[in-house]
Amino acid sequence: MENSPNNNKVSVFRCQELLNVAMHDIILIGINHKTAPVELRECIAFSEDESASALQTLSRKPHIKELLLFSTCNRVEVLVVTENKREAIDSTKDYIAEVNKIPRQAFEDALYIHEGDEAVRHVFRVASSLDSMVVGEPQILGQVKDAYRLATEAKVSGVILNRLLHRTFFVAKRIRTETGIGGHAVSISYAAVELGRKIFGSLESKNVLLVGAGEMAELAVEHLIRNKVGDIYVANRTFENGVELARRFNGQALRFEEIADCLKVVDIIISSTGSPDFVITRDQVKGVIRIRRNRPIFFIDIAVPRDIDPQVNRLSNSYVYDIDDLQGVIDENIEDRQKEAIKGERIVDEAVIQFRDWSASLEVVPTIVALRNKLESIAETEIKKTLQSNKIPESDQ
Amino acid sequence: MEILIIFTVLFYMLSTAAYFVFLFLQKNYTQRIGYFLILAGFLCHTANIVYCFVKYGHLPVSSFQETLSFAGWAVAGMFLVFQYKFNLKILGIFAAPMVTLIVVLATLVSGESYQTTKIFKNFWLISHVLAIFLGEAAFTLAAGLGVLYLIQENTIKTKKHRFFLKRLPSLDLLDSSGYACIVVGFTMLTLGLITGLVYAKSYWGRFWSWDPKEVWSGITWIFYAVLLHERLTVGWRGRKSAIMAIIGFGVLLFTFLGVNLLLGGHHGEFTK
Repeated sequence: MENSPNNNKVSVFRCQELLNVAMHDIILIGINHKTAPVELRECIAFSEDESASALQTLSRKPHIKELLLFSTCNRVEVLVVTENKREAIDSTKDYIAEVNKIPRQAFEDALYIHEGDEAVRHVFRVASSLDSMVVGEPQILGQVKDAYRLATEAKVSGVILNRLLHRTFFVAKRIRTETGIGGHAVSISYAAVELGRKIFGSLESKNVLLVGAGEMAELAVEHLIRNKVGDIYVANRTFENGVELARRFNGQALRFEEIADCLKVVDIIISSTGSPDFVITRDQVKGVIRIRRNRPIFFIDIAVPRDIDPQVNRLSNSYVYDIDDLQGVIDENIEDRQKEAIKGERIVDEAVIQFRDWSASLEVVPTIVALRNKLESIAETEIKKTLQSNKIPESDQ
Repeated sequence: MEILIIFTVLFYMLSTAAYFVFLFLQKNYTQRIGYFLILAGFLCHTANIVYCFVKYGHLPVSSFQETLSFAGWAVAGMFLVFQYKFNLKILGIFAAPMVTLIVVLATLVSGESYQTTKIFKNFWLISHVLAIFLGEAAFTLAAGLGVLYLIQENTIKTKKHRFFLKRLPSLDLLDSSGYACIVVGFTMLTLGLITGLVYAKSYWGRFWSWDPKEVWSGITWIFYAVLLHERLTVGWRGRKSAIMAIIGFGVLLFTFLGVNLLLGGHHGEFTK
């Protein structure tokens, strides 16, 4: 009984808070890789520090009640809760122009502005990576989470955005688990690792030889290391470069002439040299099959012109994938992801409707508050009356 | 027990259907359903065999129908064990249709029992029959895994028809589980032959009588012995091993059916 007045106060306060937000709209202003070229995007993109100060400045604008700013190399999105759409959009545009020192006309055409349900849908789609350049790429959700963390730290997100973002994370996670949107590799190095798994099962303790150097090849080695492969060997025409690379991978540097010998012990060979001729020939591989006791051997040839004789693929238990083969794998995987994305869109549609229902329930809040106030005033007058009427009998007596 | 047989066949068929759905949809629960259906079929099948054993006092392998049905039971049982051990989700796509095919065939052939009530009560004989059938079931699975291996290897080599690439497990898993099947099969076959020899000694008074069935069993045994030997010494694995497992299954089929149907001999009665 003692607590009840307090509880009442809290719930009234909460209703007031909801009342404040109920009349507002969600607006999303943004550009992405589909609407703007990279020159424009890099001009507008916010670094983390810039984002923090942008949140501070923008949140002080009179019409902006809640705010979230999301910026990656492919997109900049500003999510705003406001009671005055036009003013909020205007001041956001002004701010972007001002802080990047570019005229509004320069980017206005590339901007898209979504309101209400469309804004909600867009946020869901972005976070679930349905709107990404590579559909299903996993980083974007983390980036949205970071942006939300920034907004909460700056205390610029409120009831609506909190709810929206939590729904967003839920939707993104659901799409990831229920559809195959993130299913198969869409980069050369990942595709190579995935193929390796189809051959070896587990990559654990498989030995790797890197021939030559190059960004893609090194990336592939890094993926392999993450899969707990065994020894790493690096062969380079310039031995010094090889030594340096080997040190990076905690491996062992080899001279170029030692490659043939090394084939006896390695299981995965990644080759990326500038050599005009084959670096590894069919005969070299054929020669080691027996010594290897027919254990499978997997060649990933990223070089153009090719380093590994394609005839090697015809030997038993040897597999060769060149850059085109890997690209073929990737193209198919992308197609698969796009098919899965359709399922993702359905989940988004569902979530948008749910969120709309929740928003609609907020709109009822003012009525509830009004009703409550009315009841309270009635109660008060009744109490007064009763007290008075209590007095009357007393006086009557 | 007519009703048990009907349920057995029904469960096996449904399991096959479930595994086919799994192949296309790749939903894990379809695979689980397939597994439980084949388990249900196997239990009905076992119940029927136990019923026959209790009623007639011997294993139901005294007619072609019973022999086939028993073989189907052995393959289903072996599959359940291997599935449990290796969790090779895709193996069911081979095993379930195989088992279904065998039991359906069994219902189609004539079912007149050969009266051997007396000899079937022997311990050695029962061990012989069980070991041989389980061994053959394991070899059947090895051949199935060999086929899956060749499909997957072909997919990886030719870089086409990627339908299977995502659906089949790694070459290594297919190869090593195929190897495990052959080891189990070979052990069982060896046990089966030894118990068979012992029984022959006690029944006919000699271990070996150059009967066609005996000769072909010996050939089968030697075939798998060579396969295992080569694997252990020079590392025959992968493609070669898979092809050999499939050829071995051909030899096995001939020993199991071909000898009885074409060459005759003292096992002939069981496939009449």
